This record gives sequence, structure tokens and C-alpha cells, in this order.
Amino acid sequence: MNLLRMFSRQQSGAAARERLQVLLAHDRASTGDSELVTKLRDEILRAISKHMEVDADKVSVKLERGIPVSTLFVDVEIPHDAERKAA
Amino acid sequence: MGKVIVVTSGKGGVGKTTSTAALGAALAQNGAKVVVVDFDVGLRNLDLVMGAERRVVYDLVNVIQGEAKLTQALIRDKRVETLFLLPASQTRDKDNLTPEGVEKVITALKNAFDWVICDSPAGIERGATLAMRHADVAIVVTNPEVSSVRDSDRIIGLLDSKTLKAENGETMEKHLLLTRYDSARAERGDMLKVDDVLEILSIPLLGIIPESMDVLRASNVGSPVTLADGRSAPAIAYFEAARRLNGEALPVVIPGDKRGLFGKIFGRRAA
Repeated sequence: MNLLRMFSRQQSGAAARERLQVLLAHDRASTGDSELVTKLRDEILRAISKHMEVDADKVSVKLERGIPVSTLFVDVEIPHDAERKAA
Repeated sequence: MGKVIVVTSGKGGVGKTTSTAALGAALAQNGAKVVVVDFDVGLRNLDLVMGAERRVVYDLVNVIQGEAKLTQALIRDKRVETLFLLPASQTRDKDNLTPEGVEKVITALKNAFDWVICDSPAGIERGATLAMRHADVAIVVTNPEVSSVRDSDRIIGLLDSKTLKAENGETMEKHLLLTRYDSARAERGDMLKVDDVLEILSIPLLGIIPESMDVLRASNVGSPVTLADGRSAPAIAYFEAARRLNGEALPVVIPGDKRGLFGKIFGRRAA
């Protein structure tokens, strides 16, 4: 049982290195703007509101940090009748 | 004119004080005139590690406030006669350290000693930034562990922006001292590798100090590990680091490394 665990377990040193590389890339870059996601969310909401009616609570913006790229997830819930109302 | 070294790390408990004492004693044993300065005002410990806790009369804050002369506050080591300690204050707080006061003391020490080694407090506040402010060389003490590496990265950023050297457009000479290195854990793959840490922090390696009971034993008896048992593994590693500080190009051997003679001869070299 113990022997099995020993062989199946991943070496944690490599995980430590990968997590640090991602973290530090962002630590080094993010000394300026810590409010970035909040600002993006507000501006995206404003841009969409010009064309359709959306509930502010139904817009979610998430930033997932990665290397070599980070991904910005924008999730907007649009009600069925929103387009007609705005028009 | 002596060289000013700051021993710093950001994170606490990684071995700044142990390393300050061990390197200071190692340099002094080779005949250099060395003073180790405790910047951890309020939480002094260098006196304890050096075994001079019962001989402290005046401290760094007394000198800065003009209550004592520098020569009155310096404590000469009983074992190595070219080694001196300037203790921190235990009762005052770090607000008593003024930039002007620190500058005056460091300038005076530089004129009298070959090496002025400043033991920084943990953190990134006043005590730590004043300890690094006048440094010519920085030793970044890091454990092969995620939180220590992250904090070291932050400290390297401060060394490159908040020091006199940085403000004058010069680059601070920085060295990595990897401490509490556990070769058994490294062999199992459960520790950050030396190369990983070097690649992430990208500063040259000054030495690797193995995790060892000898370090604890030395601090128990109030002796720098290089004086307590000069032939122990950590002491040898500190002696070699001291020689690299002096400019010698000694190769760094990873503790417990199973390379043969060939591998050791052609092993990594200190950058």
C-alpha cells in the first residue's frame, strides 16, 4: 500500500517550480494596476449597455493567470427580450 | 574603505542572522576586520547567536541618538580579535532609526572596517529598507521553498529600486545564499531544485548551506557555526561562500550530490 503510494505520488518540487513561475511573472507585472479587473468589468458593461439592456450583476469578468498567456473570461447573461427593448 | 554587505530575505526564519554571524566570523578568521551590525531593532538576536548577549551596554539606537560613541557600542569578539558586533536596541522601536543617523554610522564603520555586514530584519518595512540602503553588495538568503522564493523576488525588486546604488543609476551586486538545503528531500524530488531557484531569481549563487543540526548546536552555545565547528558541513559551506565574496571563483558543490570526481571537477561554477 505504502509502496504503491510512493510510486504514484508526483514529485512536489516540480509543482512548486511551475506555481512560482506563474506567480512571479504576475507579481512582477502587477505592481501598477491592482484594480484592472474591476475597471475592465465596468468598461465592458458600459460598452454592452449601449447596444442591449443587461443586468450589471449578470456580467462577470475573471482573469486567470497563466504562462505564456493569461485568459480573460467575460461572461454576460443576456435576457431574451433585451435586444428588442434596446432597439 | 570597506565594503558594506546587507544580508536580507524578506521572509523571516530563513537564516539571515545565522548567515551574518557565520560569514562575518569566516571573513574575520582570515584576518579581515569585520563588523556585524544588527538592524532588527526591538527583536535583536545577533548578539545571542554571537554569544555576546551579556556584554551589550550600548546599541545602534544609542549611537544614532548621540547617547553613546560608536567605539563604546562596538563589542569585540572574544574568539576572533578582528570581529566586532554592533547590537540593535531591544527596548526602543524601529522608528528610532533615521536615514541620516544610519548613514553616519555606516560611513564611520566603512572607514574603520574591511567588511560591514548588516543583518536585516524580516519584512519590507523601515528596518529592512534602511539596512539595505547603503549596501554595496546584497546577500539574498533563500530557502528552497515557495514562500521564501517569492519573498526573495520581492526583496530583489527593492534592492534594485530603493537603495542608494539604485537611485544613483548603479546596479547592486546581488548574491543568492541558499540555506537549509535538504539533500534527502531534493533526492526524492520534493524540494525546489537549485537550478529552479537560480532560474527564477536569476542572481548568481554564493553558496548552498545544508540543513544541519550543527547550525542549531552552534546557536545554542552562542557561537557562529564557522567558529563552533569549522569542519562541519555548514561551516565548510560558509567558509567557501566567504571566499567567493572575496572574489575567488570556487565551484559550488550541491550538498549530497552523487556526482563522481569528474562531475565535481567540471561541476557548476559560481557566477
